[in-house]
Amino acid sequence: MSARIGVIQFPGTNCELDAVHACEVLGASAELLWHRESSPISVDAVIVPGGFAHGDYLRTGAIARFSPVMNALQEFAEAGGPVVGICNGFQILCEAAMLPGALQKNAGMKFRCEMSTLVVASQRSVLTADIELGAELRIPINHFEGNYTCDAATLEQLRGDDRIVLRYLENPNGSLDDIAGICNDTGNVVGLMPHPERACESVLGSIDGAALLGSLLRHALITATR
Amino acid sequence: MARYAARIEISHLPGVADPQGATVERALPALGYTNVTELKIARSIRLVVEAADVTSAHIQVSEMCERILANPVIEAYEVAISQLAAP
Repeated sequence: MSARIGVIQFPGTNCELDAVHACEVLGASAELLWHRESSPISVDAVIVPGGFAHGDYLRTGAIARFSPVMNALQEFAEAGGPVVGICNGFQILCEAAMLPGALQKNAGMKFRCEMSTLVVASQRSVLTADIELGAELRIPINHFEGNYTCDAATLEQLRGDDRIVLRYLENPNGSLDDIAGICNDTGNVVGLMPHPERACESVLGSIDGAALLGSLLRHALITATR
Repeated sequence: MARYAARIEISHLPGVADPQGATVERALPALGYTNVTELKIARSIRLVVEAADVTSAHIQVSEMCERILANPVIEAYEVAISQLAAP
């Protein structure tokens, strides 16, 4: 049995086919979910991929969070369904308050497009549950607004609840506490700025993304059979 | 119902970094302006809203700010309302 993954597509999304391809390379089946779709989500896990949903007009994710699919996504997540937001998808999950905090313009106003090294900081999320704590993963970043920020109380809560799941080894964007990814309090909703779907085949320079997405796919099946 | 013009200014909450402002501030000394500090970049939104009165217009626009125009997690907003002459 292989997991069925839904990949949400907004107008302006541009990493959806990469995400579908990566899932297929890892043995899952994947399908696109159009953002106007409001019916309940029936796949085993959902990826909110990168890009510029609705042109990133107003703010990143500000308009996307009101797309009809987002209500269905909230319900899916509340029922325990695994949801991973990558890059613009992370920004959308924050705007939708499915994850705390916000993503600001990078410190130094530089668009960063390069390989980054991440350190696994928590196994509490579906994306990192199967990876050793402290493991270093080479995953590319490609963003202008990846500078994670939140208030002091939220940061304390994220730390205390072990919800900072990935940190940059070298902070590329000014992100608070070197945060590259966080999860919700039940670990089934995860957001990260780096792109694991671009690091699942050796021809792409790293296969470390397969560890992250592989963990997601296994947990998608566990959730589905529960 | 009357028509009201709203001017909304959206800025960073105190304590939230403003990377855009900081970068522009660092650029000014290169042009000889070595006397500039506290540069902040804010966004401005204008709209016209129909409402029963100025209070109702203010409440509605503030609600728009809370729900979509601003991100209350990192941004503050100020709303100024003025009545427009009947068309």
